[in-house]
Amino acid sequence: MSGPHMPKADEATLKKREEIIADMRIIVPGEGVVASDSEMRAFESDGLTAYRQMPLVVVLPETVPQVSRILKYCHERNIRVVPRGSGTSLSGGALPLQDAVLLVMSRFNKILDIDYANRAVVAQPGVTNLGITNAVEHKGFYYAPDPSSQIACSIGGNVAENSGGVHCLKYGLTANNILGIEMVLMTGEVVRLGGKHLDAEGYDLLGLMTGSEGLLGVVTEVTVRILKKPETARALLIGFPSSEEAGQCVADIIGAGIIPGGMEMMDKPAIHAAEDFVHAGYPLDVEALLIVELDGPQAEVDHLIGRVEELAKANGATTSRVSNSDEERMSFWAGRKAAFPAVGRISPDYYCMDGTIPRKELPRVLSGMRELSEKYGLRVANVFHAGDGNLHPLVLYDANKPGELEKAEEFGADILRLCVKVGGVLTGEHGVGVEKRDLMPEMFTADDLNQQIRVKCAFDPNHLLNPGKMFPQLHRCAELGRMHIHRGQMPFPELERF
Amino acid sequence: MTTFTPQTSADVLETVRWAAGEETPLEVVGQGSKQGIGRPVQAEHTLDLSGLSGITLYEPEELVLSAKAGTPLAEIQTLLAKNDQELAFEPMDYGPLLGGDFGRGTIGGALAANLSGPRRIKAGAARDHILGIDAVSGRGEAFKSGGRVVKNVTGYDLSKGLAGSWGTLAVVTDLTFKVLPAAETEKTLAVTGLDDAQAAAAMAEAMGSSGEVSGAAHLPEGVVGKFLNSAITGSPKTVLRIEGFGPSVDYRLDLLARLLNPYGATETIEEQDSRTLWREIRDCKPFADGTPAPIWRVSVTPSEGHKVVDAFRRAAGANVYYDWQGGLVWMRMEADPEAEILRKIIAHFGGGHATLVRAPLSVRAAIPVFQPQQPALAALSARLKEQFDPKNILNPGRMAGP
Repeated sequence: MSGPHMPKADEATLKKREEIIADMRIIVPGEGVVASDSEMRAFESDGLTAYRQMPLVVVLPETVPQVSRILKYCHERNIRVVPRGSGTSLSGGALPLQDAVLLVMSRFNKILDIDYANRAVVAQPGVTNLGITNAVEHKGFYYAPDPSSQIACSIGGNVAENSGGVHCLKYGLTANNILGIEMVLMTGEVVRLGGKHLDAEGYDLLGLMTGSEGLLGVVTEVTVRILKKPETARALLIGFPSSEEAGQCVADIIGAGIIPGGMEMMDKPAIHAAEDFVHAGYPLDVEALLIVELDGPQAEVDHLIGRVEELAKANGATTSRVSNSDEERMSFWAGRKAAFPAVGRISPDYYCMDGTIPRKELPRVLSGMRELSEKYGLRVANVFHAGDGNLHPLVLYDANKPGELEKAEEFGADILRLCVKVGGVLTGEHGVGVEKRDLMPEMFTADDLNQQIRVKCAFDPNHLLNPGKMFPQLHRCAELGRMHIHRGQMPFPELERF
Repeated sequence: MTTFTPQTSADVLETVRWAAGEETPLEVVGQGSKQGIGRPVQAEHTLDLSGLSGITLYEPEELVLSAKAGTPLAEIQTLLAKNDQELAFEPMDYGPLLGGDFGRGTIGGALAANLSGPRRIKAGAARDHILGIDAVSGRGEAFKSGGRVVKNVTGYDLSKGLAGSWGTLAVVTDLTFKVLPAAETEKTLAVTGLDDAQAAAAMAEAMGSSGEVSGAAHLPEGVVGKFLNSAITGSPKTVLRIEGFGPSVDYRLDLLARLLNPYGATETIEEQDSRTLWREIRDCKPFADGTPAPIWRVSVTPSEGHKVVDAFRRAAGANVYYDWQGGLVWMRMEADPEAEILRKIIAHFGGGHATLVRAPLSVRAAIPVFQPQQPALAALSARLKEQFDPKNILNPGRMAGP
């Protein structure tokens, strides 16, 4: 890939590289500093592998005081820092910068406290998402947000990206499932937001931190809410002759007051790719396939499954199967869970997009995508978190064909523009990062973006933390602080005043 | 003294721009139903948003509703109820507690105060349901954040940033909330005779079960008679709300009754009384007594709530009850607020915060109404305020002192 335009590297910092490495080794003794090209190679990209950049140096601290000293050191010397968890970001959120310290939090991998009475787990940020569930599963508990990378992605990264998953319509995103964090500001100051209690004592800084993509602070501890595992879960696999009918069925389910634990839709190309790959028994003569999973108490699931089945029938479903065992339920999911690798089999490369749309706009967006597909001469397969409108179009291309990658990227950008046009957004769960950074003005005015950057100015006035991500242009804080004063008449002089 | 009554968001922009230019402070109000909360605002003019009213979008099947900031909460709740939906964060009504009327307040105020209710422990607060906003910063610039879809990580979540900011960062003009289906029915399981510590243990066990409890409160002897028209006087009651589809509610009620039987005698409170009881718990009915006696709203780790109360009572007298599995403590003081003592005790028991939601003006002017923050955090909050409102013209002094 041509690579995004990143902030110009600071020559003075590059020149002092050896000195910085030596200082980092003092702060983090032992094996915590990685500076050779061969070892740094593993860190040159994240989940968005098309973009690569070697960092200035990789530092893997083990303690909060070390993180604090690293940030303070960099702050005092105006050195940029890119935080990284497990490096699974799909938007380039952890893409290194040539002149930046890559601060890798993977050694913060301990669970510090499991508190069943208060249904809370306190974990270091490098603990994986699934690691939290694994630690409490034997007591029947779990951590609800389940991004598809949950086996690898870190809870600190989840906070940075406000990660979702297939269950978030019912159980919420990361933001709704964390109670508190400890974090280090760029100055090295350590602060705590929240805890095991609810709500903030002042401004909702926790809300601002969640999804801030590593631009505001470095998370060093996370307190999450754990939930009792639903007693049971059953799924329906429903095929429709059109996406309109599938979409209407989703609307009717929600209209009936039913919020399923998961509700996924696949279009025909995705169904075929998945079926060819895992032989899940998906019907091949349908245009849209819906997986609806109901979870909760046995009595509730049994009560609702029949209602969903009726709604499917009323909406013209041509096939409908209900799982009668956990094994059967898992088989319904097998194709959906393998959708990405399945598409990977039918195309040398694919580019995964992540827009969200108002659900009712699905037919319009799908038909728009078909037109774009013809225009660009590239195929597209769709998987869709139908409950919450989060769409993952997979654009199929071949990177070895000259120009095809650029075409795929343009196609993807056009899809996201379409999402915004129908009232949706650029990214539902993968983040802006570098990938969608330059599309931000499609959704936001200059004033909108400037107010967001001003939030960054409150946390990191010199723009040292993860610059080049999220914002197409990082205006200097001093410039943004200026006010254009409009002195004039008192407004609405015609109105009666009291 | 001028009261501005904008009818459009453009009017709001013009007013704030003017005030920023003049560096003259504005007190931002909706219907004024929570005006008595916080430190007294020293503002020359009032920005009254009650004229900026109306539901602008409601799509039940998309679970989304948009309204102008001054729209009465009651109007929104009535419309949602017609479609068997609700604001799942169950916004409390401060009116009666603060000596005002029931049923007032605006949707903008619900976000500004980050309202919630007993269901906070399961469904979150206003912050968890806000999807997008349009607002005018204290700089006199209009900006928006978020959108109308549930899943959205495009840019910073400024909507959450404004939740609980009490109008001190920006004037919100339009809001979009996620709405959810209302439960088909509900029942409450009551356990009789537990002391505060036993109740905490029982509630923890219930919350950790498959009962999907959506409200867990403990009503000690001193307050229990104030609920349901004194129908449940006498011994303390620990109450657990179960909401959902009929068959599911009965199934879970049975499950919880068996689980909690070892703690004490259980009984069922049927749907209608259950609804009344939880509204009274939500709105702090026992302390809505028409007096200005100081009231604390304390949020701590659920298992620590009763310990905080126990320790505090060694220093001062207070009548209390618990919501949120014991983590939300409503305290009515017998005499002075004793802020320092209370906050020291909270810090000792794992931290949290205490807000003095009711007290005479002179008291609110003299002591920090909101929990003071650690210096680094207080400085960060002050910088955030400056980035939204550099001339300090929006509700100056309401949250933090000058």
